[in-house]
Amino acid sequence: MISMLSHPAIISTLGGLLLSCLHSRPRKIVLLIIPVLGTCALLVIEPGQHFQWQVFGYQLILLRLDSLSFVFALIFQCALFIVALYAWHEEDRLQLASIFIYAGAATGAVLAGDLITLFVFWELTAIASAVLIWANKTARAARAGQRYFIMHVSSGLFLLAGSILHFQQTGSVAFDHLGTDTLAGGLIFIAFGIKCAFPLLHNWLQDAYPEASVVGTVALSVYTTKLAVYALARAYAGTEILIWIGAAMTVFPIFFAVIENNLRRVLSYSLNNQLGFMVVGVGVGTHMAINGTAAHAFAHILYKALLFMSMGAVLHRVGTIRASELGGLYKSMPWTAGFCIVGSLSISAFPLFSGFVSKSLVLTAVASEGYWLIWLVLLFASAGVLDHSGIKIPFFTFFAHDSGKRCAEAPFNMLLAMGITAALCLAIGVYPSFLYALLPYAVDFTPYTNTHVITQLQLLLFSALAFALLYRAGLYPAEIPALNLDFDWFYRKPGAYLAKQIAALAATGEKNFLSALKKVLFVTAARLHRHHGPQGILAKTWLTGSMVLWVAFLLGAYLIFYYLY
Amino acid sequence: MMPEKNHGYWLDRPGNINIIVYVLYAICALLLSLDLFYHKHAFFSFEHWFGFYAWFGFLAYITIVMGAKLLRKIIRRDENYYD
Repeated sequence: MISMLSHPAIISTLGGLLLSCLHSRPRKIVLLIIPVLGTCALLVIEPGQHFQWQVFGYQLILLRLDSLSFVFALIFQCALFIVALYAWHEEDRLQLASIFIYAGAATGAVLAGDLITLFVFWELTAIASAVLIWANKTARAARAGQRYFIMHVSSGLFLLAGSILHFQQTGSVAFDHLGTDTLAGGLIFIAFGIKCAFPLLHNWLQDAYPEASVVGTVALSVYTTKLAVYALARAYAGTEILIWIGAAMTVFPIFFAVIENNLRRVLSYSLNNQLGFMVVGVGVGTHMAINGTAAHAFAHILYKALLFMSMGAVLHRVGTIRASELGGLYKSMPWTAGFCIVGSLSISAFPLFSGFVSKSLVLTAVASEGYWLIWLVLLFASAGVLDHSGIKIPFFTFFAHDSGKRCAEAPFNMLLAMGITAALCLAIGVYPSFLYALLPYAVDFTPYTNTHVITQLQLLLFSALAFALLYRAGLYPAEIPALNLDFDWFYRKPGAYLAKQIAALAATGEKNFLSALKKVLFVTAARLHRHHGPQGILAKTWLTGSMVLWVAFLLGAYLIFYYLY
Repeated sequence: MMPEKNHGYWLDRPGNINIIVYVLYAICALLLSLDLFYHKHAFFSFEHWFGFYAWFGFLAYITIVMGAKLLRKIIRRDENYYD
């Protein structure tokens, strides 16, 4: 039992509980030690299956370390260090504990070797992450958190239902390839799809992430969706429908990102778009494609966290993250601006930055399987990434029209967290072999070829040229304080209206039923009262004389009957 | 609030913005002309078209931005629409 303490998920989770009872000073040290311990544990544990328990006839495997789970668990633990450093100044212990429990649960889910363990950690990520949204303590965050929580608990229920069905059909709860051919596989597919923000199931992401606390959003951007990507890669690699779902995911969010004013929401749409590339990789399912998915998840966690950290720092200092109220902040926050630009160059996949060496794996895998249409869609989406994350985020925050806002540079711990992450983005871009060595399968791919560098620069810089021309011609959509409707309108407006109508109808029905019931009960009670009440004929005390009279009458009647028949 | 220092920021001068844009034009022209000088390794035949990536990126970008502007006309609401 004591050996369980070497499980990285247990280290983070118990660490989170420990943080919640520590005072400020020791907490600031323990905060940074826990992710280091978790990472070390992960590096020391032998690949294979550990902590196998037989519970009620189910074979539970609490830790399965193989090449696929390793790369995800590793980046989850590394990201926890970065998030912890970024949240170092945070005094809200509930938030800190939630971040660690959330990260621990996500690591546990990635390392789970069976569906039951997966389910437990799956739901724990939902609960712990919802706390990070509520931690912002606004009415809007409270409602967004509720919607988020409902979606994620439902995802867990789909997983549970699918797992039970799967066990009934196969007698096994092992978490391996499932496929969508069976009902069980289909149910679990939906569970993963909700968490992965598939089109039309995606709104919880753009709804909740921008409402979470400054540090909460950074943690949220790392875990939930990448856990879903891992789960898809484990159970649905090579499922062709994922190619189409992924391609749709890369395209539709970019249009919303262009016109969105809340920059953390822009990044949420951008996150959704990046997930698309990973989902396409899972759908293609070849070794190269799965490598591409894992590499892109790894690189993406870093640059997306970097972008969310820089926007969080702006929100922390300026108090708003609306593009329409920002601009010219490079004068006040030059370091934050610099780190943000590194994140932007990485996500846009400029050569020498991490996105370049990870996204090209996915694109090459797609091309080598001959999916030319999907490949064109991904190329189109890449131009979109340059717009919303490459240009819009840094340009409208730090440059563009000077808002006149002046503030202090971000706190030192935030700058350090951003600096380390930016360095990692650059390191992966410059030495891709570091990243490639971590991938599930052997990599036979050279990202830096003449063709690749030149074509990528052509794509990106001509997109930038288009921006320059549009912006100078005044055709680029202005940043205006507004809200854009998305699919969630259907359940937040007509859906909510319908639900209210049904509730009202049910309330009326209940009232009518109750009043009818009351009427029946009153009538019955009144009758009972008449016959059995104090004045009731059946409740009267009878005189002995009258009883004797009646007995004599009955006997007389009996005598008469006897003689007659 | 920090007192506003008169840094004379380089980017505040409009002429310098023009320099950046002209540099971008120059780099784009250079990149496009490079297509004449190297052998392209490609999966699809259309990748061999002259400057395929350049004009694809340019047109994709304009499509996205203009498409989004149209989309805004339909889906734009007041900030407190849901409250």
